[in-house]
Amino acid sequence: MTLLHWAILSPFLFAVLIPFLYKAFRPIHTGWFVLLLPVALFSYFIQFMPITRDGKVIKETAEWMPSFGIDFIAYIDGLGLLFALLITGIGSLVVLYSIYYLDKKKEQLHNFYVYLMMFMGAMLGVVLSDNLIVLYMFWEFTSISSFLLIGYWYHRERSRYGALKSMLITVFGGLSMLGGFILLYLMGGTFSIRELIAQSDQLMTSALFVPALILVLLGAFTKSAQFPFHIWLPDAMEAPTPVSAYLHSATMVKAGIYLVARMSPVFAETSLWLWLVGGFGIFTLFWGSFNAVRQTDLKGILAFSTVSQLGLIMSLLGVGAAALHYTHLDDNIYMVATLAAVFHLINHATFKGSLFMVVGIIDHETGTRDIRKLGGLMSFMPITFTVAVIGAFSMAGLPPFNGFLSKEMFFTGMVRVLEMDIFSLDTIGILFPVLAWVGSVFTFIYSMILVFKTFTGEHQPEKLEKKPHEAPFGMLISPIILASLVIVFGFFPNILSERIIAPAVAAITPSLVEEGHAIETHITFWHGFTPELFMTLGVILFGILLYQLLPKWRKIYSWIPERLTLNSIYDGGLVRGERAAFSFTRGYMTGFIRSYLVYIFSFFIVILLFSLWFKGAFTINTEELAPIGVYEIAIALLLVISSVTILFAKSRLTSIIALGAAGYTVSLFFVLFRAPDLALTQLVIETVSVALFLLCFYHLPKLSRHEERMKFKLENALISIGVGIVVTLFAISSYSTKLFDSISSYYIENVYEEAGGKNMVNVILVDFRGFDTLFEICVLAIASLGIYSMIKLRLTRRKEG
Amino acid sequence: MLHTVIQITLLLVSLSMLGLIYRVIKGPTIPDRVVALDAIGINLIAIVALISMIIDTYAFLSVILLLGILAFLGTVAFSKFLEKGEIIERERNH
Repeated sequence: MTLLHWAILSPFLFAVLIPFLYKAFRPIHTGWFVLLLPVALFSYFIQFMPITRDGKVIKETAEWMPSFGIDFIAYIDGLGLLFALLITGIGSLVVLYSIYYLDKKKEQLHNFYVYLMMFMGAMLGVVLSDNLIVLYMFWEFTSISSFLLIGYWYHRERSRYGALKSMLITVFGGLSMLGGFILLYLMGGTFSIRELIAQSDQLMTSALFVPALILVLLGAFTKSAQFPFHIWLPDAMEAPTPVSAYLHSATMVKAGIYLVARMSPVFAETSLWLWLVGGFGIFTLFWGSFNAVRQTDLKGILAFSTVSQLGLIMSLLGVGAAALHYTHLDDNIYMVATLAAVFHLINHATFKGSLFMVVGIIDHETGTRDIRKLGGLMSFMPITFTVAVIGAFSMAGLPPFNGFLSKEMFFTGMVRVLEMDIFSLDTIGILFPVLAWVGSVFTFIYSMILVFKTFTGEHQPEKLEKKPHEAPFGMLISPIILASLVIVFGFFPNILSERIIAPAVAAITPSLVEEGHAIETHITFWHGFTPELFMTLGVILFGILLYQLLPKWRKIYSWIPERLTLNSIYDGGLVRGERAAFSFTRGYMTGFIRSYLVYIFSFFIVILLFSLWFKGAFTINTEELAPIGVYEIAIALLLVISSVTILFAKSRLTSIIALGAAGYTVSLFFVLFRAPDLALTQLVIETVSVALFLLCFYHLPKLSRHEERMKFKLENALISIGVGIVVTLFAISSYSTKLFDSISSYYIENVYEEAGGKNMVNVILVDFRGFDTLFEICVLAIASLGIYSMIKLRLTRRKEG
Repeated sequence: MLHTVIQITLLLVSLSMLGLIYRVIKGPTIPDRVVALDAIGINLIAIVALISMIIDTYAFLSVILLLGILAFLGTVAFSKFLEKGEIIERERNH
């Protein structure tokens, strides 16, 4: 355990302290204590920047379960550090914002900050672990803490619904991912990502490679809200706004992006990867932005916008995989896609975080988030308005903000797809730039809706719960910092490029860096009259046009019937699944013992007969059979007659007597086969049990004492005959295949020598194997005590009386 | 010689058992059946004794005694049941 390990675990340890701090220092907002930790962690992680900049990595191992190959390996490279800085940096800002957002008297702050710290530690663990199982563990911690945070206001029905939905979907993905990891382990023999990357060439030839790829991608897609798993994200907006800003825009939803980027060196050589990641990403971009326009809730817009932007990053990572196939080129133009992905990742975290905080402020100060009620807030909230404009314009991809740069690079990556001649990208690859462009137009539209419907237009004070005014300064600090970052990164993108982006890209495409391809050249290169610039101009023009005509074409959203939306498919699927499971259970769990006996005996017959047939196990060997005497035949006939009488007797009394007859006949068998002790016991026990049966019969209620034959049921007859046949066949087979001699000769020789007795049965019972006898005595004791207590203990009757 | 005699005896005892079983099934009253059952028990004693002569052992003499006791107890219990309606009376003071 080094300092790095403690740094990753510190949020968990700190979370233990939070409730005590909350109880002990009531007058001080708990958030102030919490704020210290992410700030300290941020400054701790920032000192790694020079190390990763030089292309070095840090790897610290703490043993956890070495015998299983599971160790807590903290691993810092460019990608991990980028995420760690995002998590701690935006984490600090979110904690600061939450101090002003959450009321210290009305809210249960200790719960909130415990969940939040748990989440922060889990995220750090995800991005800084080199061991897949440890990564998975932290991954599920993020799912759980996200569940807790979404359901923070647990008294609201919508919060619980959203929390459950996100839990189901992300845990489904998480478990698939675990499956993928285990397959990787089976192929590569290690859980370490580093070592798996080193042998990625061998992994590709394995039959398990494609299943592992798909399972890992399922995990990434569900976490990062890719189509069709994006449906949980809009419902997760029921969480408090700091949570939405932190989890559902900047960090958790990027865990899937991180996973894709991290596993790229393992999987990216196949065309399947490029098509799945790129294809799902680009469609999610389009679908998210298309649906964002129809939302009326500000957070709803931002949720779908997040979905769409995540799709953008995902598609870039997919297309960036093409770089691996063009290693022969000196100037590797396809790496620009990966570069754009990392750059946009940072940009999105900044502007989406600030936008969520803006929406939180609006909600806080006006009491609503519905854009139909809002309008004309510009004059009331000038600072908030400014931040919103910066964030939204950056999101729309307008210069001079950072969104513009990454959108240009995004277009570059997508246009370059057309130049590829692999994996049939030259034919249907045209969809990439087209969907990218259409998606960007919609992005532009909803960004404009977000700003102008809220801040301009007519002020409607009668619809608002509160009188709007500017937010307190403390609430504005975090969005202002993020918005200024948006501008700084927009004007000076190169302060990021060498320090952060280049090491991250190097981590995603390690094989190319080893061959000495230059990454830096692309980052500074962002000027010129390229087709991308004209695409952006087209986006702006069409965006403005469509925004103006919005009421005219809004109807297209009602084209998709409600029944076919993904949400209703999910809801209907849950309801139908529950109903199907319920009716299935109700169908076979009838509550009647007779039907359970039917299942048990049918399976008994089917399984035993099948195995007998499948193994060819049935044999008859007549060599060792003893001759049959006339007495045996006579007694056997007697037994058959009394058994048949039990079945076909009209009255129960006859059946009881026939049962007694059968028992006595069995004792005659014991006599004939020379087992005097058995015969004695059998006689006594049979007498007692017949007496007990008679007792039961005597106390039957008058109504059910009617004399009636047992009804004939074909099903029961077949099953009983089947059981009889199976048992007979098995008895014959097992008698015919005696493999070893009996051990009874030892008893015969030693019964007097060793044990000092002449009755061998009794010596076995109390001496050779007396242990069994002890517990059979125990059984009898339990039975008698049970009978006594059943007769004497009448709790229900006493209650009635 | 003795063996043949025992076999014939066994056959005869069995036949008498059949007759007793007929009486048990047919009735017509419950005391008839009880008496028949008692006789079946005694016949069983005979059968066990004959079989132990055939297989030439003393080991089953206790079975014979036990059967005698059980037959007696069973018959007494049934008689008491027919007479009083129950076998073990609750009021012990009488």
